[in-house]
Amino acid sequence: MSYVIEGRDGPWELVIGLEVHAQVISKSKLFSGAATEFGAEPNTQVSFVDAAFPGMLPVINQECVAQAVRTGLGLGAQINLVSRFDRKNYFYADLPAGYQISQYAHPVVGAGSVEVELADGSTKRIGVTRLHLEQDAGKSLHDQHPTKSYIDLNRSGVALMEIVSEPDLRSPEEAGAYLRKMRTILRYLGTCDGNMEEGSMRADVNVSVRRHGEPFRTRCEVKNVNSVRFVMQAIEAEAARQVEVWESGGTVEQETRLFDPSRGETRSLRSKEDAHDYRYFPDPDLLPLVLDEAWVAGLRAGLPELPDAKRARFVVEHGLSPYDAAVLVADQETAAFYETVAAGRDAKLAANWMMGDFFAALNRTGRSIGDSPVSAAALGQLLDLLADRTINGRIAKEVFEAMVDTGEAPGSIVESKGLRQVTDTGAIDQAVDAVLTANPDKLAEYRGGKDKLFGFFVGQVMKAMAGKGNPALVNEALKQRLSA
Amino acid sequence: MLNDLSLVEARDGLRRRDFTAIELTDAHLAAVAALNPRLNAFITVSAKAARAQAAEADARLAAGEDRPLLGLPLAIKDLFCTEGVRTTAGSRILEPFVPAYESTVTANLLRDGAVFLGKANLDEFAMGSSNMTSAFGPVQNPWTRADGAALVPGGSSGGSCAAVAARMALGATATDTGGSIRQPASFCGIVGMKPTYGRCSRWGIVAFASSLDQAGPVARTVEDCAVLLGSMARFDPKDSTSADRPVPDFAAACRRGVQGLRIGVPREYRNDNMPAEIEALWQQGLAWLRDAGAEIVDVSLPHTKYGLATYYIVAPAEASSNLARYDGVRFGRRVDGNDLLEMYERTRAEGFGAEVRRRIMIGTYVLSAGYYDAYYLRAQKVRALILRDFTDAYAQVDALLTPTTPSAAFAQGEKMDDPVAMYLNDIFTVPANMAGVPGLSVPAGLNGQGLPLGLQVLGRPFDEETVFAVGAVLERAAAFHHLPAIRAGVPA
Repeated sequence: MSYVIEGRDGPWELVIGLEVHAQVISKSKLFSGAATEFGAEPNTQVSFVDAAFPGMLPVINQECVAQAVRTGLGLGAQINLVSRFDRKNYFYADLPAGYQISQYAHPVVGAGSVEVELADGSTKRIGVTRLHLEQDAGKSLHDQHPTKSYIDLNRSGVALMEIVSEPDLRSPEEAGAYLRKMRTILRYLGTCDGNMEEGSMRADVNVSVRRHGEPFRTRCEVKNVNSVRFVMQAIEAEAARQVEVWESGGTVEQETRLFDPSRGETRSLRSKEDAHDYRYFPDPDLLPLVLDEAWVAGLRAGLPELPDAKRARFVVEHGLSPYDAAVLVADQETAAFYETVAAGRDAKLAANWMMGDFFAALNRTGRSIGDSPVSAAALGQLLDLLADRTINGRIAKEVFEAMVDTGEAPGSIVESKGLRQVTDTGAIDQAVDAVLTANPDKLAEYRGGKDKLFGFFVGQVMKAMAGKGNPALVNEALKQRLSA
Repeated sequence: MLNDLSLVEARDGLRRRDFTAIELTDAHLAAVAALNPRLNAFITVSAKAARAQAAEADARLAAGEDRPLLGLPLAIKDLFCTEGVRTTAGSRILEPFVPAYESTVTANLLRDGAVFLGKANLDEFAMGSSNMTSAFGPVQNPWTRADGAALVPGGSSGGSCAAVAARMALGATATDTGGSIRQPASFCGIVGMKPTYGRCSRWGIVAFASSLDQAGPVARTVEDCAVLLGSMARFDPKDSTSADRPVPDFAAACRRGVQGLRIGVPREYRNDNMPAEIEALWQQGLAWLRDAGAEIVDVSLPHTKYGLATYYIVAPAEASSNLARYDGVRFGRRVDGNDLLEMYERTRAEGFGAEVRRRIMIGTYVLSAGYYDAYYLRAQKVRALILRDFTDAYAQVDALLTPTTPSAAFAQGEKMDDPVAMYLNDIFTVPANMAGVPGLSVPAGLNGQGLPLGLQVLGRPFDEETVFAVGAVLERAAAFHHLPAIRAGVPA
């Protein structure tokens, strides 16, 4: 069922488009040699170009272009072999040149798309209109002095990719799924670290509402939202506001708004009348960006396997469910970890262990897959001990917890704790006899037709054997004795 | 007298140890001290640094080192950023600005051993044709008219040209966006070369109109300009519009002659208002070239008439954006205000002069939403047609000959109340900038009032060699050895 807002006079549909600003992973800035590292002391990563000193000129950083092209290829998008940089003119203290260099009219990447997975198991293809390269601005610091603002130009000139979606999204959930998927793709490609809390990925959200079947109504843009959760909240809040405006007989005006997460509402930043006239024109300091087809082909050949392809492969080659496959590919490191565990083993068992005990252990210990206390090799060894019946499933869980706690190899834990599975039928028979003798009343009830007590006996036998009995052999022995 | 030597003669004299680099620099510093109070050709004189450079040059000469410009004193247009030496662009807004970097062109000159006497006056941000717009006062032309009026040196490289004409420097750097090398060179009776766009790096030159700005030399002979350009030009990876091609031996090209060359006469440059003496000089120039073995061919540059109008859209548009960085935030002059906007307004209102403000407003207007297509976009289309005119003409001829300016130098104060009359000075020079082709102005004669007039040679893109060859032939034929009034009484 599609997402709607129930208004007083009937349901409203949402129309959402996202502009994602993704900071390009590169050693130096888009048009200068200055470094891009996050968190450096203010104004320590600024060249004369970034500070727009007289006579300074921009020179395109080829690595940033390569990153944009890789991203375009990863989005299945058209790569424009000729693109151009324009100047977007406006005055602000943290914009040193008085203009931002951006690809307004002729972006380096054209139309592509992203497939998102939704909670109900369905997928939806979201159109990407374009991707272009542009410079980031500096940062104004208003809290350093009672009457003055300070400027940090470290970020000034850092390369951003602006990735514009079609207005194809219809719910906060879809928008969230799109953002997460975009982040996954960017991280797979290594073109953006996707860290929204550090500001290296931000979103402008365009929202409008309409009655089903109507053309688009006026949209508002909510600027600079910096988490997936806030994007979803901002959409809900802004859509609800617009429904209220329309239903109370008003008109939604095109404007730029800001989302206030603490109040859960959007407020107006500037109206259309106050919109800047950016006076775009081609930057005469830069030649058109002309890409060599062979160079693009080389980048294409160097792309990693992307999440959609990997997921499909996990479904086909590993026999995983689409859902499990999607969970495992959401993060590149997780997928690689899983592939190491699954190599030459029961893939479904590997997936179950990853998504069950392993993820739970990471959550519990607050560790990430990168610094997991259990290596992929060690988890694989544990599965091997299960496969060759050295241990049973229940003991395996115990061994795994010991691996998490101690970091020891599963084999040595099994040996030192004496957890090897008991397959000696004499010992099992002995334990069965002891349990049946100790529970004459339960035995009588079972024989009187209470079949369910079989499980009770299994549990008692396993308990008596400290969990180490081979479950199949225990079952077999019990069946024999009970039916005797 | 050392000041009357050409740059090449001075170079050869230094090599022969006829005199020292210190003597040469001191002679020029003495001329600066004597004449600059009247001419105002320099904004900043760096005498101490110049003598240190000259002393170093003497040491190198003594050690047998040979560099193309070793020990030769030059003036540097105050649009080139010079490390540790104030660079004003002729504007109040940059009055306190001392760059921490050296422009590529001046770095190339220093590499070749040049001595920098100081920073030459110019129209503010190179916007002007008279040097009247400098925040540091107008430059006076070393030449005087029969009526005794103080004349403009032309602009924007008025300080550079006046300094060279008055023998205060052997040569100078200049820049040309719409005629700013060729027009003042013509007004001051010296040689000025605007090379092909991309020949010299723009890195470190205060930008006026990025797609038109091009650095070049001014000097008293064609060969001097050729030598200077040979040092100034070089591919620079720091300027994306710099041309990655070898720098030929321009000086050698000056000796090529014009035998067998086809010289075009663009018919659209002839108009009814052209003074007879300029028309006569033009014809004389064509006759000299014909006598030297060139064939004269009539050609058409049909879009010439749109050149000036197009220029006054493109150049201000780019300038309005290029000058946005002068906001008082990071360098230069700041006038505080109660908030950011007020600081911007006060800083820029007090920092920029009237002509700069006018062009920022024109440029902002032509780029505005709703006007962009009608002005800027259309101007760019016309610009492409102007380039095609030249391309078509160069299919028939090797170079073009035209007058440099429609008149000789005018008096200070004239044309000041009519910006359009002022802009018309550039009517013959602007098309070369629009097309990016090289252009040279050579002094070819005097008008009836004893003022120099120049002829302009235009060439194919990156064929400065032919332009120098033609210029050198004109120079020999014209035998222009007149001295400006200010030097006339100086004993030789």
